[in-house]
Amino acid sequence: MEENTMIEVDIAHDEMDIVCERPDTLLDARMHYCPGCGHGVAHRVIMEVVAEMGIQDQTIGVAPVGCSVFAYHYMNIDMQEAAHGRACAVATGIKRVRPDKFVFTYQGDGDLAAIGTGETVHAINRGENMLIVFINNAIYGMTGGQMAPTTLIGQKSTTSPYGREVGFNGHPLKITDMIAPLPGAFYVTRTAVNTPANVRKTKKAIQKAFEYQKLNRGTCFVEVVSNCPTNWGMPPQKSNEWLSENMLPMYPLGDLKTPSKEELENA
Amino acid sequence: MGELRLMKGNEALAEAAIRAGIDAYFGYPITPQSEVLEYLTREGYNRTQTVILQAESEIASINMVYGAAGAGARVMTSSSSPGISLMMEGISYIAGAELPCLLVNVNRGGPGLGTIQPSQGDYFQSTKGGGHGDYRMIVLAPSTVQEMADFVLEGFEIAEKYRNPTLILADGALGQMMEKVELREQLDRKAREIPGWATTGKTKDRDHNIITSLFIQPEEMEQVNIRLQKKYKEIEQNETRVQTIQVEDADIVLVAYGLSARISRKAMEICREKGMKVGLIRPITLWPYPSAAVAEAAEHAKGFLAVELNAGQMVEDVRLAVNGKCPVEHYGRMGGIIMSPEEIVEKIEDLAKRVNQ
Ligand code: SF4
Repeated sequence: MEENTMIEVDIAHDEMDIVCERPDTLLDARMHYCPGCGHGVAHRVIMEVVAEMGIQDQTIGVAPVGCSVFAYHYMNIDMQEAAHGRACAVATGIKRVRPDKFVFTYQGDGDLAAIGTGETVHAINRGENMLIVFINNAIYGMTGGQMAPTTLIGQKSTTSPYGREVGFNGHPLKITDMIAPLPGAFYVTRTAVNTPANVRKTKKAIQKAFEYQKLNRGTCFVEVVSNCPTNWGMPPQKSNEWLSENMLPMYPLGDLKTPSKEELENA
Repeated sequence: MGELRLMKGNEALAEAAIRAGIDAYFGYPITPQSEVLEYLTREGYNRTQTVILQAESEIASINMVYGAAGAGARVMTSSSSPGISLMMEGISYIAGAELPCLLVNVNRGGPGLGTIQPSQGDYFQSTKGGGHGDYRMIVLAPSTVQEMADFVLEGFEIAEKYRNPTLILADGALGQMMEKVELREQLDRKAREIPGWATTGKTKDRDHNIITSLFIQPEEMEQVNIRLQKKYKEIEQNETRVQTIQVEDADIVLVAYGLSARISRKAMEICREKGMKVGLIRPITLWPYPSAAVAEAAEHAKGFLAVELNAGQMVEDVRLAVNGKCPVEHYGRMGGIIMSPEEIVEKIEDLAKRVNQ
């Protein structure tokens, strides 16, 4: 049999029922992410929420430095590219002068929890009324797989080739647990994008966070545990399993802080 | 005539910022310019509902400026030398993303933690690009409290015209000294139009707006650089500012800016009284540098003396402009020490003796 055989199906598109569509908050662009990477899923989930809430014209995003540096090539909303680690400061600047807009940052573990720790903690401590989406895949993707602040003990990377060693490299930084007790944090949760059920939960969390931004009560923080098949050195399917087995015991899913009934009623 | 007040340089600058209708100020305390943040915090929100925020660091301040400028606000920050060093990355990004904003450096002595006394040691950093890449900042150098106030609105107007950061480079003495200042009327900040490129939310009638300095394809990056250089040329042509005093017949031309221009002027007057032909060129923009004025004076002058509160920085630009036509020398004090007019007179007399031989 010849390779690349195409079967021609003769059905006009307009006769088909549309069951799933690209929201107009996502551009029709080919993503540069590796096959099976969680970034594409996370982008889609956020943009679906923006589309469903009808707030495309009121939303301003901040892209990080890292694999998702080009998030603005895919998200069809006004966006700013921040310097490495400075997304929370940039977002503060935007939100303070445009308080009626929805503002969010999209940051990886190196950006948010290493070089940008100061900006992250202080933005949340001021209770900046914005959403921080924190993609944690325990590695530096863009620069080629170096150790991240969230890299697991024993996990190999190009800068921990024999596995992360506590005595030498310190512990994985659970920054979400660190910031949750800050009074400025209004809603803090941890989700994942490794299974369809977890993706749905991630979308719910993002939705809640955008809704809460209307209340003007503080920072919402959604950690999304994600994968990096390329730099973890495994096929996508396997990486999702590895995530469940290794990442989730260290970074357990669920809410770390939710607004109380009174807080929501008094808002 | 505007309202007259006796004010400190830092406070005059802060007052002028409110009256220029700034939307936001982000800053971090550092001597000798903390009065700017203090004054604005006291007055800014109450009078014009301006956002005034004390950030956790200068790094955060400059990135807040980036965000607010990208959202179309008239925004500024101020600091002093070590704090400005921390901002350099952000300034490069702001220049790369072509965002208008106003920065203020009330220069103190360095290097390192240095001293809190006045200095002009940040000339190189300000004019040659302390951050990475081929960018330029418009640099205004006030030499009076009046100019500390006037250069705020002027700085914003140039910044907004060219979508480029403007820096006011003052020094600790100008920030702290009190002088009479005439203040302009209050501008209505809400009347300012938000520029079309700003990130304010993508509406149906336009593509999404992106603020970025990232152009990963080298061909594209080169084109961006070519466009930036064209813009810088235009700024050089249109925005160079200089004051010349009795240069027409001068044998010895002093070149000095800011605080050292005030002292040099006094030295010039002493020399004139003694019958010596001495003139003064005071660059008001340090970038673009008034090279033409220096070159013109070099047609008839016998010698140049650059007077600076540093080890010899601007003197390089004087030499480039004089282009070997006559000797160019430097006189400076460092580390927060200010020279007296008499010290400069001595140097002028010494230089005059040698060039007249
Ligand atoms: S390197 Fe890793 S994080 Fe980056 S795109 Fe590839 S899989 Fe995703």
